[in-house]
Amino acid sequence: MSITNIKTRADDTAAALDAPASLTPLEKCLLNEYQRGFPVCAEPFAEIAAQQDVPEAQVIATLASLQQRGLISRVGPVFAPLRAGASTLAALSVTGDRLPAVADMVSRYDEVNHNYEREHHYNLWFVVTAADEAGVQGVLEDIEMRTGLAVLDLPLEQSFYIDLGFPLWC
Amino acid sequence: MVLSELDRELIAEIQGGLPLVARPYAAIANRLGMTEETLMARLRELQSDGLIKRMGVVVKHRALGYQANAMVVWDIPDEDVERVGALLAAETCVTLCYQRPRRLPQWPYNLFCMIHGRERNAVLRRLAQIVEFHGLQQLPHSVLFSGRSFKQRGAHYVAREDSLPRSAHG
Repeated sequence: MSITNIKTRADDTAAALDAPASLTPLEKCLLNEYQRGFPVCAEPFAEIAAQQDVPEAQVIATLASLQQRGLISRVGPVFAPLRAGASTLAALSVTGDRLPAVADMVSRYDEVNHNYEREHHYNLWFVVTAADEAGVQGVLEDIEMRTGLAVLDLPLEQSFYIDLGFPLWC
Repeated sequence: MVLSELDRELIAEIQGGLPLVARPYAAIANRLGMTEETLMARLRELQSDGLIKRMGVVVKHRALGYQANAMVVWDIPDEDVERVGALLAAETCVTLCYQRPRRLPQWPYNLFCMIHGRERNAVLRRLAQIVEFHGLQQLPHSVLFSGRSFKQRGAHYVAREDSLPRSAHG
């Protein structure tokens, strides 16, 4: 995927943010330049090393250090969301004092894998995933029955997002 | 695309990340009983098919200091949602950009995107730049900053618990 010189994004006009001072130039380079296009060849770290003019062992050690420090989760493929199964983004409007208890109840469903607070009238947001649509609706109905609250059910209709990685210091 | 049983084994072996060794593909191919060349060829195919969205370093943006995260929701005329969705998705600090149904009268918004930044004001500045740059001033939108996280569990792409380091998905 090539980067064009035509200004099509507001981000292109944004002032650069400072990188954390504790990161070395090689760390910053590996974090920013290799989120996509990682070589699929027999010795990928040697190829990166050649591109950056550093020893292969330093590339491997630096990535291991970033992983060990919790700054990267892994080096490898990012998969497109599974098309099998059914899921939805759901929200509840919960009064402040009830929020922890309702959130805890929602979190206990195996079908819920993200559940978090947002600053809005709809203040509890969660993702429900099940083998089929009936499974998703069953969880939503159960939550409505147990909380007495109407669930906002917002299934995905279309994704515009192309995952090119997360730009740091942009 | 239909995944073969071997594809599932391949994905299970690689979804937790490549081993940080000189020949990571050979190491994985060896575990699967295939040749390094066959594995790399299949990975390239999965990339061109779109099942693998990208190969590379997967950063943890919160750990790198990108603590603020806002879900920005927009009410876009249906005939314009494709155009605006594509514009927002191309912005570098936008992660995720989805069309979802309105639920009137409670919920008038049909386009959702996520903006990350080091802190709240940085996210709001970035949003203001996007609105101005693309001339979106007339489109109603709302900003929902994240609060407490009650549950966060990454979904495994294919289940094979015994071969996966749990920490890589936490």
